[in-house]
Amino acid sequence: MVQQQAALLKPESLVSEFKKNGVTHIVTIPDSETNYLYELMKEQPWLEVVPTSREGETFAIALGLIVGGKVPVCVIQNTGMMESGDSIRGMSLDANFPLVMLIGYRGWTRHGIITDSAAKYTETFLHAMGINYYLLETDDDATRISVAFEEARKNSCPVAVLVGDEYHGFNRE
Amino acid sequence: MFDSADMFRAFNQHRGKSIVLVTGTCGRDWRGISEDEKRDLTLQGAMGQTNSAALGFALSQPDEKVVLFDSEGCLQMNMGILGTIAGMKPKNFVHFLMDNGVYATTGGQPTPNSGNINFAGMANEAGYTSTFSFDNLEDFADSIEQVMEAEGPVFVAMKMIPKVENEPIGRRVRNPQRGRAETIKVMQEELGIKMA
Repeated sequence: MVQQQAALLKPESLVSEFKKNGVTHIVTIPDSETNYLYELMKEQPWLEVVPTSREGETFAIALGLIVGGKVPVCVIQNTGMMESGDSIRGMSLDANFPLVMLIGYRGWTRHGIITDSAAKYTETFLHAMGINYYLLETDDDATRISVAFEEARKNSCPVAVLVGDEYHGFNRE
Repeated sequence: MFDSADMFRAFNQHRGKSIVLVTGTCGRDWRGISEDEKRDLTLQGAMGQTNSAALGFALSQPDEKVVLFDSEGCLQMNMGILGTIAGMKPKNFVHFLMDNGVYATTGGQPTPNSGNINFAGMANEAGYTSTFSFDNLEDFADSIEQVMEAEGPVFVAMKMIPKVENEPIGRRVRNPQRGRAETIKVMQEELGIKMA
């Protein structure tokens, strides 16, 4: 039996979700896999991209934006999320404001054994911090960003969205 | 070097309606001097990240002047923020650095390469619009009006007298400081900010 291949996750779908949820700022460190998402975000007149030097900054900048009435999303890789532990603790969890973080799930695979320690410890890290998360693998999963927003707003807390299929430069239409 | 309380008194004459954030041991002197607590905001909470949070607030409120009194211990934990701030070019942001050369709250151990780092030079090379350095109160008081009128991002390095605490933490006398959640609530009411 031939299975139909699920649609690859499109940057347009992510940006559409951001707009639907009133996002005003993306606080981010881009990597090579997110290049097309970065370019697409920069093109949106309703969205301001805040490039940072280190991932720990993103959660603190996000707190300042939230206090000022804006709706930021932190877009970083799982390695940077782990680097940001103290910032997530003090600037997000302790602050009790809603925040969605989009985390590139480097090293994750549904098939075979995960060998990259970045992926190995990602969910363990989130469990330790008590942060709930959702996984995006295909384009159909993009609406989980709205689910994450709903949960973050309901509970005034950070919620993570793990991007298992890192953005491909070739999947932009 | 000059005293942080004296510095805050001189600054207070030119504060205007600016939003003020402080951090570090020297920053504790501000509370007894500020005459507009509704516009004092606390966004401390993670090591070296108050400057990042202040940037976020400045970006969210471009029509309000946002003034941060950072410390060199905090900045050295998060030096990349100089590039981040310079890159975002917030015209409404003034970044003071209170450099006392030590971790005063842990007994006065020197910060890395204490006394030898040209922080204003680093900010200038990172791309701040203008930078200043002061090591005495007289020059600071003479220039603070010019500092506050300059277009941001502005960086101001100041050599402060350390106020080292050697008492065990449980025996230290603390000036009561307002909590973060309280200052946020009051600030949002003051500026009419509604949470999205």
